[in-house]
Amino acid sequence: MRLSPDLIRLAVPFLALAALLAGVFWLQPRAMSYTGLNLLFNLAVPIALATLAQMFIIAVNDLDLSMGAFVSFAACVTATFLHDTPVLGALILAASVAAYAALGVVIHLRGLPAIVVTLGMSFVWLGLAVMILPAPGGAAPAWLRALMTVRPPLLPMALAASILIALVAHLIIARSALGVLIRGVGGNERSVARAGWSVLRAKAAAYALAGLFGVLAGMALVGLTTSADANIALRYTLLSIAGVILGGGEFVGGRVSAVGAVVGALTLALAGSFLSFLRLSPDWQIGAQGAILILVLALRLGLDALERRRRGRA
Amino acid sequence: MSDAPALLSVSDARLRFGEVTALDGVSLALRPGECLGLVGHNGAGKSTLVNVLNGGLALHAGSVAAGGRAGRWDVAAARAMGLRCVFQELSLCPNLTVAENARILHRGHFGLRWRAEARRLARAALDAVFPGHGIDVRAQVASLALAQRQMVEIALAFAEAGTPARLVILDEPTSSLDAGIAGQLLAHVRRFVAAGGTVVLISHILSEVLATATRIVVMKDGKVVADRPAAAFTQAGLVAAMGSTARERQRPDRAAAAAAPEPLAVHASPRGLPVRVAPGEVVGLTGLAGHGQTELLRALHERLAPAWAAGRDPKVAYVAGDRRFDGILPLWSIRRNLTISALAALTRRGLVDGRAEAAAAEAWRTRIGIRSPDLGLPILSLSGGNQQKVLFARALLAAAPLVLMDDPMRGVDVGTKQEVYGIIRAEAAAGRAFVWYSTEIEEMELCDRVYVFREGAAVAELEGEEITEAAILAASFAGHAAEALA
Repeated sequence: MRLSPDLIRLAVPFLALAALLAGVFWLQPRAMSYTGLNLLFNLAVPIALATLAQMFIIAVNDLDLSMGAFVSFAACVTATFLHDTPVLGALILAASVAAYAALGVVIHLRGLPAIVVTLGMSFVWLGLAVMILPAPGGAAPAWLRALMTVRPPLLPMALAASILIALVAHLIIARSALGVLIRGVGGNERSVARAGWSVLRAKAAAYALAGLFGVLAGMALVGLTTSADANIALRYTLLSIAGVILGGGEFVGGRVSAVGAVVGALTLALAGSFLSFLRLSPDWQIGAQGAILILVLALRLGLDALERRRRGRA
Repeated sequence: MSDAPALLSVSDARLRFGEVTALDGVSLALRPGECLGLVGHNGAGKSTLVNVLNGGLALHAGSVAAGGRAGRWDVAAARAMGLRCVFQELSLCPNLTVAENARILHRGHFGLRWRAEARRLARAALDAVFPGHGIDVRAQVASLALAQRQMVEIALAFAEAGTPARLVILDEPTSSLDAGIAGQLLAHVRRFVAAGGTVVLISHILSEVLATATRIVVMKDGKVVADRPAAAFTQAGLVAAMGSTARERQRPDRAAAAAAPEPLAVHASPRGLPVRVAPGEVVGLTGLAGHGQTELLRALHERLAPAWAAGRDPKVAYVAGDRRFDGILPLWSIRRNLTISALAALTRRGLVDGRAEAAAAEAWRTRIGIRSPDLGLPILSLSGGNQQKVLFARALLAAAPLVLMDDPMRGVDVGTKQEVYGIIRAEAAAGRAFVWYSTEIEEMELCDRVYVFREGAAVAELEGEEITEAAILAASFAGHAAEALA
């Protein structure tokens, strides 16, 4: 059977995840249980949501450097306003999604580099988060806490949620007309415009979706940790970018995969646990995590090169 | 001629890009049920005219009228009329599948179950134009071969979706198709025209145009120079119509080139003639734009200037044609833009020798005549022609024996051109070699030897007195005769 390049692209994150999981089970067989899996993947849910948010931005050839700060901001709003005055909290979160759409509009209309705009916005989000929660605190709304700690049969909550999220995002980006349009803008903006579509609206929609998934990431995070802090999710910026790329996405060309992005996020979350089980000193963990990332990306580049050579011969 | 109202007409269209007149009073009417062949050499104004027809460019003077009524003409109006365009550069989204591209191209045509509909539409469109195409409409466009991508794009332009296609503009549609597939396309064009549609066909394969078009318009220098039924033309007649009337040759009388000195560089490619250049020679590359000339320059540059081995004596220098893309450093001063190529020679103990740099820049300012009071001013303070002079000076300042030029005179005024021609000849006389790609045929007459490119390879080599506009045109447009009729 001839594997299509897309399948190979998607296989790499799954293989990496399986290899890491095998390593974890081998080091710590007790992880191979309902509770064990839930613990392993618990914090992967918000990372997966943030990765999907980043994926929508990358699909239109932009990059969001404010994702971590935005998720922190959403978490702070969730732990304070949404807990104390649900209506006001929901309004603030909706306004922040609208702000994301507006960012897309400004970036497109003024031809600004998204990296610069979002880098600036990261300080805005962070500043707002600090104003809301100067010190760690707040509380998760009860329903959110209940939702994040529900114990479904068969599959632990973390995995069930990841599968559900991946499916929903896949429907949006790969199956819906809007998703085709967003990826079309990433692939060839001019031809989309020539066909009579509004590139502006497509970009605004992509940014709004990113804002929506960012808000969901912040809420999920608070549901798990029960409180928030202005710096709670700062590392999500780079994790989300790494997750998209790990999951078979590319920085330019509108080539992204929702399923891949979620698997990439799970892989990144698992890499940390794997290294802890190895009893690696925390000093070395970040470096080792980076090494795992480079290894997986090298594997993908190798497969790509192989595919190109095969096609060249054909 | 015919009494039927024109589907689309332009009258007295005029358009200028800076120094260049792209359209100089073009009038053209497209009627239902005709296939108009549009031919002309580089810069004749074909692409500009197409962009005016499809609403992409607004005219400076003159008007566009659809169905006999003049009005606002833009991309949306063109689409609403049923105008479809296939451009020379591929305009599909490579990351989407064939069916998804159909969805993008024909918006507003689909319901909730659009995936199945789009697949059906794409399949039907391909079957109609290219029976037995063997293309999977669920495949990503990037995974298709170049010819298949072009087939998809053409088929989608003819697809029956939304506003029916009434006018299809095909710009070099067969450039990457083999003869059999091209034959299928041309047969479809004839069927489409017979059913009352209108096609504008631009192609460098004249036999194709002669066999398919009902009427042929020849353009030259932004003007229509011939407009007759296709039957009134022959291949030789078309080539002759594209050329200009006899003109004073620019070529200065020179002593015949020295008896074949050792070539400085040879670029042999699997197809076509090897391109040779010897010291003191000016070698021209010509042919229609995009037929492999720039690729040859890039390949030569890559081979002679490897990434690791830059140093004090470079083997090759490059004059960019697209100034903004790979030419100027827009934030730097004129002086720094000029001396960057010879920085290694102007450096002492790792530091740039400011006095030597200023002296070198000043010497070239007077030699090549850069019109600026102060070389410390930013490069963008100069006019386009003077910026191009700085790029020339940059290439000549590097002591490289070979200079590659990628259509450097694009958008440069006549005065500057004459000055630069003089310097090129002087430098060549001093032993430097030039490889000069130009889209302007007149410039080829300044060369010692000329290679005409077609479809990625050099197909003809002209020397000395053989370098004439007629010979270049004949070589650019020949070929394929037998295949196209298949």
